[in-house]
Amino acid sequence: MCGIVGLFLKDKSLEPQLGALLSEMLVTMTDRGPDSAGIAIYGADQNDLVKLTIQSPEPETDFAGLTEDLRKAGIKNASILPKNTHAVITVSSDQIDATRSALEDLRPNVRVMGTGTAMEIYKEVGLPKDVLERFKISDMSGTHGIGHTRMATESAVTTLGAHPFSTGSDQCLVHNGSLSNHNNLRRELTREGIRLETQNDSEVAAAYLTGEMAKGKNLGEALTSALDDLDGFFTFVVGTKSGFGVVRDPIACKPAVMAETDAYVAFGSEYRALVNLPGIEDAKVWEPEPATVYFWEH
Amino acid sequence: MPVFDLATTELRALNQALHALDKSGVPEDFEITNPRGAHAVAVGIDAPVNVTINGSVGYYCAGMNEQATVTVNGNAGPGVAENMMSGKVVIKGDASQYAGATAHGGLLVIEGNASSRCGISMKGVDIVVKGNIGHMSAFMAQSGNLVVLGDAGDALGDSLYEARLFVRGTVKSLGADCEKKEMRAEHIDLLTKLLADAGITDVKPEEFTRYGSARTLYNFSVDNFDAY
Repeated sequence: MCGIVGLFLKDKSLEPQLGALLSEMLVTMTDRGPDSAGIAIYGADQNDLVKLTIQSPEPETDFAGLTEDLRKAGIKNASILPKNTHAVITVSSDQIDATRSALEDLRPNVRVMGTGTAMEIYKEVGLPKDVLERFKISDMSGTHGIGHTRMATESAVTTLGAHPFSTGSDQCLVHNGSLSNHNNLRRELTREGIRLETQNDSEVAAAYLTGEMAKGKNLGEALTSALDDLDGFFTFVVGTKSGFGVVRDPIACKPAVMAETDAYVAFGSEYRALVNLPGIEDAKVWEPEPATVYFWEH
Repeated sequence: MPVFDLATTELRALNQALHALDKSGVPEDFEITNPRGAHAVAVGIDAPVNVTINGSVGYYCAGMNEQATVTVNGNAGPGVAENMMSGKVVIKGDASQYAGATAHGGLLVIEGNASSRCGISMKGVDIVVKGNIGHMSAFMAQSGNLVVLGDAGDALGDSLYEARLFVRGTVKSLGADCEKKEMRAEHIDLLTKLLADAGITDVKPEEFTRYGSARTLYNFSVDNFDAY
């Protein structure tokens, strides 16, 4: 089944509440996906700095002394902010690749969940409410974000199998559905040099969009291509640094409701996820059409 | 009048109160507030009660309805009035997927748009949609009438049996074995009645086109293999 939510703010005064609003939306979707939960939040862009959200099954051991070790490995100015099983490492933007390879050597158990100038990703196994509390998501501010509650079908219930998936800088995707041509696509994308970490079908969708955007397409164009190249059931909600997109497959079995006001664009698998948003009573509420791309940019 | 505020009352208390009504009595009207997209609101009623829901509902509202008149002052989620047997369900806003699926009787009125698979496998219900309907509507519809004042999406009436489909606007495409049919006097009479039942007075039955089954897929024929 799975539940997905997304919130793209137009009104800056709501930005301090982004984490709280998204958390509430996601918890409402618990009964669509109690296995695991995850959220990606786009916060303030910091000049020439990049964030790597990392995760470890043994955070106490792995995060201890990591800044020091990174500096010794030549990553100057690295700083680390641990949050439960995750941590956000901030480095200069020209040191992103060096940091990734240093991490592989220094902390082989650590996984990079996503990178970007604005995006942070938090996901874990467990009830959505517990996952959100572990990372204090409701205290976070930001411009837009997406979230997912998972009822696993295509791969194991693990942290890495949870959504959102990020396969490119400041890009992330949540998926409700299942793809049927993901194995073939995974091979093609790997050949193109795109790195995939799991056997999960949704990660392939994320990587596919990353690949299309790397060819120069914008988010809307990449989503349009996905309608031709991805086979299976999907409702996707996708985030980029400044954009927010939604697309459903032509059969459109997987539910979707959207709401728009002057203050925000919101997505929920069900209307229930949207009922606590400010001004929802007067929002334009609609069901996104099948095989139709919707996207917004800041 | 019993009023159930679903912000403070369990859904089960509402549905049990509705199920406890006397089948042949004349119950008081029910009012439901703050449904906030809840699932299974007012399902399984079997009494001639009027139920007004103020707000939008989630999955399966008024499913399996018998006798009751259920009005939703808002939008409805997937499967509204699924398997309705009799009575009337009115949605003032839009309805999501498979509205009126498998319903055997009664009248479903959707004043906004209905999305995909409206009336899928309908078995005798009358459905009147004031707006548009989505793709694969009336898929395998067996009997009953689907009336659409707006447009229909792709593959209308695919693998249709004996349901009658009336569309006033355009049809994006017809499904396998569904074809345009002649509007005869009996169909004008039928539409006149259905529009009146749905409270529609400003639309003429002559403005509609009838679609029905070409009846070529009823029995397997190897020549039709590509259509299956």
